[in-house]
Amino acid sequence: MTGSLIQVDHLTMRFGGLVAIDDVSFAAEPKQITAIIGPNGAGKTTVFNCITGFYRPTVGRLSMRHDGHEYLLERMRGYQIAARARVARTFQNIRLFPGMSVLENLLVAQHNRLMRASGYTLLGVLGLSGYRTAEARAVDKARGWLDRIGLMAHADRQAGELPYGSQRRLEIARAMCTDPRLLCLDEPAAGLNPRESGELNELLLSIRDRDGIGVLLIEHDMSVVMAISDHIVVLDYGRKIADGTPAAVRADPAVIRAYLGEADEGEGAGHG
Amino acid sequence: MALAAARTAPAASTFDWLAAVKDAAITALLAAALGLFMVGFRTADRGAAGLQFDYQFTDLLIACVAIFLGRLALTAASKGMAWLTLLIGAALLAAAQGLKLPSDFLTVVISLAGLALLLHAAWALLRGSSAGAAAIADVSGRVNAATVRLFPWLGAGMLAFAVALPFMPFADQQVMDLGILILTYVMLGWGLNIVVGLAGLLDLGYVAFYAVGAYTYALLSTQNGWSFWAALPAAGVLAAMFGVLLGFPVLRLRGDYLAIVTLGFGEIVRIVLLNWVDFTQGPAGIGSIPTATILDHPFVESPPEGKVAFHQWLGLEFSANHRLIVLYFIILVLALITNGVTIRLRRLPIGRAWEALREDETACQALGINPTNTKLTAFAIGAMFAGFAGSFFAAKQRFISPESFVFIESAIILSIVVLGGMGSQLGVVLAAVLLIGLPEWFRDLGQYRMLAFGLAMVLIMIFKPRGLVAHRDPTIRLHPPSGRGSPS
Repeated sequence: MTGSLIQVDHLTMRFGGLVAIDDVSFAAEPKQITAIIGPNGAGKTTVFNCITGFYRPTVGRLSMRHDGHEYLLERMRGYQIAARARVARTFQNIRLFPGMSVLENLLVAQHNRLMRASGYTLLGVLGLSGYRTAEARAVDKARGWLDRIGLMAHADRQAGELPYGSQRRLEIARAMCTDPRLLCLDEPAAGLNPRESGELNELLLSIRDRDGIGVLLIEHDMSVVMAISDHIVVLDYGRKIADGTPAAVRADPAVIRAYLGEADEGEGAGHG
Repeated sequence: MALAAARTAPAASTFDWLAAVKDAAITALLAAALGLFMVGFRTADRGAAGLQFDYQFTDLLIACVAIFLGRLALTAASKGMAWLTLLIGAALLAAAQGLKLPSDFLTVVISLAGLALLLHAAWALLRGSSAGAAAIADVSGRVNAATVRLFPWLGAGMLAFAVALPFMPFADQQVMDLGILILTYVMLGWGLNIVVGLAGLLDLGYVAFYAVGAYTYALLSTQNGWSFWAALPAAGVLAAMFGVLLGFPVLRLRGDYLAIVTLGFGEIVRIVLLNWVDFTQGPAGIGSIPTATILDHPFVESPPEGKVAFHQWLGLEFSANHRLIVLYFIILVLALITNGVTIRLRRLPIGRAWEALREDETACQALGINPTNTKLTAFAIGAMFAGFAGSFFAAKQRFISPESFVFIESAIILSIVVLGGMGSQLGVVLAAVLLIGLPEWFRDLGQYRMLAFGLAMVLIMIFKPRGLVAHRDPTIRLHPPSGRGSPS
């Protein structure tokens, strides 16, 4: 079937002798939230880095489909994956442009469209072309997102001055301003308090339902994962050990073993 | 080590005299050991007797005593005994001024040290009292808010002064020369600000593009008879091409590595100019470069056949100053064009992408920004303005040689950008006036000129570590600016 948004086939990533990901295959569907979970060091972020072009996979095929085109991500350069294949991402440790204002952060995300509108700068410098209207449209879009993440009043503040939870939301809004078809979020709930985490759930659900974007999510916080995921992929030591609906994954003995340790170890502590 | 310990130690209620004296003694001993050969001995040429040693142990002793006292005073200040610092500072100042010290150098340095201690003590005392601390916070907050509001007026005022300068009664040849020099550096600073301040690419070889521009005009005018105005765009384009040429190999480098490669590039260009004698005339340089003219009116008292001299054209008395005044306005306009284009670019997507690249290159890539193109445009546009400035320099000096394009020039331009505050257009002007103007005004100080200059730079970096103008206004606002004075 051609319905999958992104199809990951036999993805393997080796760093020297270390096999970070070993023959992992899964698919993420459009308008669904797919979560990738697993204990620390399971290779979740490495999968993300392969998909978003920060690593070149050793083996494997990453095929992204939207609007009737197929993009083979493993052959594309990092910035093209965001610009053409329309895969946006956020980072585990927030990467905003801290010295720039909140609004500027959202405008930088719309760089490619604005570049075309400014005639690749040449016309913009001379004050020709419809750059003004393009910029006004970009500001409108940013305004819409500021409204959704509740940062409208802080639009002109430096992004680095915002509280942690707001920075997380801003990073998601910035990724959304690139007009992605697939949004990859690396631990978006890390460091959030329960209230903020609840707001995040709503934001992600609205991104799925209102914007119709496929979301790929790495998360440790099971309250987030179980509440909003349509589909969960479980990794352990670089291998996929389970793949299915939240209920099916929760009941899977292999998952329980990976999270709670072997039964005979008698160690009750697991990941939250 | 000892310094760090003294800084971080909490203010103790009882002052540990023994430890403080011991610490000061160790510092003085260290100074004595370091200074023994550098200050204690001096070789003197005694003609027939050959080289002999002079001994300056008194100097060394005085310096060590001063260092001992100074160190003790600093410890006292950090331990909440600012009155002792005040006392020692006053004593040092009085001793330096009152006693007949063996050298002027000691007098100057010890006086300055005493003065610094006095200020330090006064500051510590003021901050120590709660009322004083509140007053400091209040005043500094208000001064910050006021200066930020003042910047546009300051800029306008300086522009008005720059336009009016040539018509001032005191504007003689020397003043005009200095004005042209400062404006050239302002333009170079603005150009480099695109690369370093906005795009965050540390470029230590900027003078190479300046050289490319200068040699382009010099060669085109002396060999092909091009006029300044025809050669100016050519110089800009050629320098921009060199910018791209430098940009390609350094695309993947960041920070220190980038700085080293650009430094090397600057040296390569200079050494090529020095050694390619057939083309550039090597170390001899290129002379009799035609100056820039307005509509081909020469600046001479009696023009050659068929030409109208500049003063005849405007119906003025002949004055040797006319050439300088015209050159002054040319560089003023060129600099203002640089500024205008930069301000414009900052508000365009490319300018925002430069700043985003400076803030976080990885995030830029994740947003689909092509880092290669973004960096290359920054290098090219920055280099282009250096090319313009270079051909102006050649037209003004009328003689250029590789001597003019040494590394120290790059360092000065970079200092202007850093001292002014990275990315700040107004900061570049202030820093250029300080860095280029101050050494000229300090000429009276003779051999202490560079010392005073260095001290001024150190003080600025201590009190304004992010540059003279660290404030950054967003390039676009959603809400009108208000509540500017918010505590930061």
